[in-house]
Amino acid sequence: MTNLNLAVAASLNVTTPSDQTTSAAKITARNLDFYYDGFHALKNIRMDIPEKRVTAIIGPSGCGKSTLLRIFNRIYSIYPKLEASGEVLLDGENILDPRYPLNRLRSKVGMVFQKPVPFPMSIYDNIAYGIKHYERLSRADMDVRVEQALRQAAIWDEAKDKLKGSALGLSGGQQQRLCIARAIALRPEVILFDEPTSALDPIATGKIEQLVEELKKDFTIAIVTHNMQQAARCSDYTAFMYLGELIEFGETETMFTRPSKQQTEDYITGRFG
Amino acid sequence: MSAMAEKLYRRRRLKNGIALALASAATLFGLFWLVWILWTTLINGVGALKPELFYQMTPPPGSDGGLANAFFGSVLMSLLAIALGTPVGILAGTFLAEYARRSLLGEAIRFVNDILLSAPSIVLGLFVYTLVVKQMGHFSGLAGAITLALIVLPVVVRTTDEMLKLVPSQMREAALSLGVPQWKVTVQVLYRSALPGIVTGVLLALARISGETAPLLFTALNNQFWSVDMGGPMASVPVVVFQYAMSPYDSWHSLAWAGAFMVTVFVLCISLIARAIIARRKVAND
Repeated sequence: MTNLNLAVAASLNVTTPSDQTTSAAKITARNLDFYYDGFHALKNIRMDIPEKRVTAIIGPSGCGKSTLLRIFNRIYSIYPKLEASGEVLLDGENILDPRYPLNRLRSKVGMVFQKPVPFPMSIYDNIAYGIKHYERLSRADMDVRVEQALRQAAIWDEAKDKLKGSALGLSGGQQQRLCIARAIALRPEVILFDEPTSALDPIATGKIEQLVEELKKDFTIAIVTHNMQQAARCSDYTAFMYLGELIEFGETETMFTRPSKQQTEDYITGRFG
Repeated sequence: MSAMAEKLYRRRRLKNGIALALASAATLFGLFWLVWILWTTLINGVGALKPELFYQMTPPPGSDGGLANAFFGSVLMSLLAIALGTPVGILAGTFLAEYARRSLLGEAIRFVNDILLSAPSIVLGLFVYTLVVKQMGHFSGLAGAITLALIVLPVVVRTTDEMLKLVPSQMREAALSLGVPQWKVTVQVLYRSALPGIVTGVLLALARISGETAPLLFTALNNQFWSVDMGGPMASVPVVVFQYAMSPYDSWHSLAWAGAFMVTVFVLCISLIARAIIARRKVAND
């Protein structure tokens, strides 16, 4: 039985057009439950986020997709009355364990939000701000790090002449790439994207998607999106959530062509949501 | 049907016309008094302006003089009040917005602060009178400054609280998601974002205290002479205006107008600066 499953998995990998080999799980959620002041928002989630792949989390509004993402760096914990139980393993260590240092977690798991929120300081300082918290760098080394981050986020060419200018002067799409650069600058291992393009126009969205494609060489990526085409375009794996439950998880290709659950098919074909 | 629609439309237009006329009349009524007050202050004030105002002391009855000691006292007490009230107010506002936003304690403090915000200033004057003046045994500039600080405090608490609440929560989350501790996020990111608003609040508090008379009557009292001693009674422009305006002497009346005019101009300037800061922030946010 197990052998058969493996054989099926292997054959799927062979037939997928992208040259994917199976990837180890970077993040594993086990028996994960989440409560908003008593309301049971996530129910017994079990899920693997494969390393150096893009995993999209889709589902209708209120299904818990953002809630799930926000557990992976424990950003939810800044608000009172929110509670997660179960296990979320990052490289085998449970990040929900209060003994897991938040500092370490946040340096390993970066996050990009729905609305681009550059800090009210210069472009250079936006990038340097996070780095300064972890490392003491000389001026020259910091310049190099800032340039690297901006290049990696494909914003260097647009920003290099105004590094000392306010980040608020950039366009929405540029601001979002700056926010990605700010997250990358800490050299994280995982980047969480929470609907990163929902406030952007189609051209800016295209650039961000292209960038996500680039970034998966170096980072494990989880992206929450309400846009199914986006999930289909730029993810390797897709998780479909509905009413706080993980309905189906699989390779994007399979999920969008031969979903195994009726609910997934209904959502993907636009019958609800 | 169309005749019906026509009729309804005419009716709506009539109602609109009446409402517009009433609103305009109310605006004109309000503006009329405002313009009259400003115009009277301007005419009498400008007529009373003279260089001696700035270097001569407040005179005894019947003779000429200036307002130098009153200007100095007002500036000194107001600045000290801002210096005392602003840091405490900012810290308290930060606590409310960042650490006690949805808590019962926060709501209770906010409520008490709002009471303090709308408390008649004479009550604050009496409070400081019993607490400071009676203990010291005499009136003092310090007691005046403390009273004014109590007026500044709730204004700054309120604006800091409101301005920090206006900072998008995603900015907070973005900074915290970098692993930066909360106090650093507050000081280095959120304050920067809320700064123009907080500065505006402090300026408006300064504008408010620069015209306060009642709380200074029983605290700083007044002083005929030049004094830099915060431990003793101190002159201030509003109190001098109050005292001189009630007197029977023409020279005192003229000084009272000059003082009233100067305070008005000062408040106007502060308001303009505050507006400019807000306008610039709007441009930066767009």
